[in-house]
Amino acid sequence: MARNDLVTGNVWEQYSKKVQERMNSPKAMGEFSEEDAKARDAKLIVADFGAESCGDAVRLFWLVDPKTDIILDSKFKSFGCGTAIASSDAMAELCIGRKVDDAIHITNTEVEAFLRDTPDEPAVPPQKMHCSVMAYDVILEAAAQYKGVDRSELENQDIVCECARKTRKDIVDAIREHNITEVEQIVEITKAGSYCKSCVREGGHEAKDVYLVDILAEVREQMEGEKLTAAADTTQSGENSFDKMTIVQRIKAVDAIIEEYIRPMLVMDGGDMEIIDIKENTPYYDIYIRYLGACSSCATGSTGTLYAIESTLKQKVDENIRVLPV
Amino acid sequence: MEVYLDNNSTTQVDPKVQEVYVDTIAKFGNINVIYNKGIEARALLNDAYDKLYDGLGAADEDDILITSSTTEGNNAVLKTFLTEFLKGSEKNHIISTIAEHSSIKSPLKFCKDMGMDVTYVGTDENGLIKIDELEAAITDKTCLISCLIASNETGAIQDIKAISQIAKKHGVYFHSDGAQAIGKMRVDLQDLGVDYFTFSAHKFHGPKGVGALYVKGGVPYHTLIHGAKNVMGGKRGGSLYNNGVAAMARAVELANINLSFLDHTTQGLRNKLEDELLKIPDTKSYVPREYRLKNLVAISFKGIEGEAMLWDMNESGIYLSTGSSCSSEDLEGSAVVEALGEKTEIANATVMFALSKFTTNEQIDYVIEKVKATVERLREISMTYAKQEAFSVHLEEH
Repeated sequence: MARNDLVTGNVWEQYSKKVQERMNSPKAMGEFSEEDAKARDAKLIVADFGAESCGDAVRLFWLVDPKTDIILDSKFKSFGCGTAIASSDAMAELCIGRKVDDAIHITNTEVEAFLRDTPDEPAVPPQKMHCSVMAYDVILEAAAQYKGVDRSELENQDIVCECARKTRKDIVDAIREHNITEVEQIVEITKAGSYCKSCVREGGHEAKDVYLVDILAEVREQMEGEKLTAAADTTQSGENSFDKMTIVQRIKAVDAIIEEYIRPMLVMDGGDMEIIDIKENTPYYDIYIRYLGACSSCATGSTGTLYAIESTLKQKVDENIRVLPV
Repeated sequence: MEVYLDNNSTTQVDPKVQEVYVDTIAKFGNINVIYNKGIEARALLNDAYDKLYDGLGAADEDDILITSSTTEGNNAVLKTFLTEFLKGSEKNHIISTIAEHSSIKSPLKFCKDMGMDVTYVGTDENGLIKIDELEAAITDKTCLISCLIASNETGAIQDIKAISQIAKKHGVYFHSDGAQAIGKMRVDLQDLGVDYFTFSAHKFHGPKGVGALYVKGGVPYHTLIHGAKNVMGGKRGGSLYNNGVAAMARAVELANINLSFLDHTTQGLRNKLEDELLKIPDTKSYVPREYRLKNLVAISFKGIEGEAMLWDMNESGIYLSTGSSCSSEDLEGSAVVEALGEKTEIANATVMFALSKFTTNEQIDYVIEKVKATVERLREISMTYAKQEAFSVHLEEH
């Protein structure tokens, strides 16, 4: 929320001139029949996507040359808003002259770019990108029909944000590369979730199988796990410095030294010790210990013995360690 | 030609109201000051209050508190019961309806977040609240029933008297959002039997930024906006909008005078528009006329999405609204229109023509001509009317 959000944006003001023109007089609007196909020795393809109840539906007509797989002509009919009509129109036009296998690479983002007046200004407001997604979907449907395969074979199942056409991999890569912790950063960096916002979290316009917040949580968990594993690995190989260790690793490291060098010495005199806490007191690490058994009443607990413990830990673990008996 | 037919959203200011608004803007004194400027402002506001109490049938022991809008009034009413609840009242339940405006639904969501229970009663195929369902929803925890007097989208007029009797029978307070009432029907607050009633001046040719909240004498009320005690008895703080209040009072007066014109002329134009548009094949209007606001027709044109219709109408200088999801910022369809019993596609294909006393016969003729041409053009594009069926269909829930 800020200055630009205080007066609601007007959807229509944000339509490009090209969108408006195509809404007012679509170029590729119409249909083909079997007779049209016969006249051009072409195969007729008629594919639907969407439904009126969803607010958007489109029917795509292709005449395809069966010898070359080239789309000779392409038209559409649609039930939808201005954006849906304009993007269906642009999509149908973009199909003409392409091979079916090339046409399936026409995405809604390409259609949107085609409808821009200038390269930098979006053709439609963000929430309207959703209305152009069908353009991509109906091409897949038509291509699947032509090739006689199931559309799932052509579909990129990995798409998380259909408006921005971002895959799960795009999102995961961005989270890792930019060390993203908030879902808003994903939206800002990848543009996924910045249009109709359905994929950000549950409760949007359209229900999704997976949401950006879920992916973020999952990847963050993985990343934390990897960090700990890496830390543990380097500790094991003795490469990890004390300041890079987690608190548990620090306790283990200190305990290991005590077990090996100090405890045998104390036990010989009928005593022992335990670690109470390790506190960071920059630049020092204060290790609080408690003497047990005979040690708890030994006079050297605060002099010679203490000095021996501290110097051993300084030497073996970290030179900034201070040992404080409680 | 420009034709404004979105009069259930907001209206143009009546020139007679504008005259009062402009003339009284010089009476800028605060009513709570003792010198002449205050005396002048008090006279202005007393005159306005006379018009409001007379025009709306309020009793002297009742309060008509000046607000900024219906939204503010609605918030004040709902949060009165939230305050009671937060202060320890056992009554934690509010009943409302799915047909309400966001100025009821948003504060109710807030009440719910704060721990209250809210029940939304549905409407039937005529857009009327299911009164049996409403009565059945009342429990011993119910403190308030809030339901609008008429829907801005479907125009369905609710049986407020029947609901207020049910509320009384069960000892529950009753609020009605009256944003769509004044200027479209006779409003007698005592006769309606409401405990609270809210409205805005801009819905009946008054200025924006001023409205009122009627609070029946003796019912619970907690101030929403705290301020000086000497402005409306401390019940709503903030310096009064002197000329706005005077203009609103004048607008109420004119709205009442205008009711017979509404019955004869505006309703006649609405009927003509509706009859002509229904001659277009595959069209349907909603809510029988006997239950509907006299200035409104909500109509769906099969195969034509609402925003596309609005686009073409706008190109012709005709301004309408739609229940379509595509026209809203959040892509949500109108729940109110959907509740008329058909599918979402009806909401997406429904447009509302809301007339006012300024709508002329000439304008209606122009609208009929343009709608017919637009429906023809858009059905030419529409896949609903394509001759060739698809060989394969992929339906995906959007």
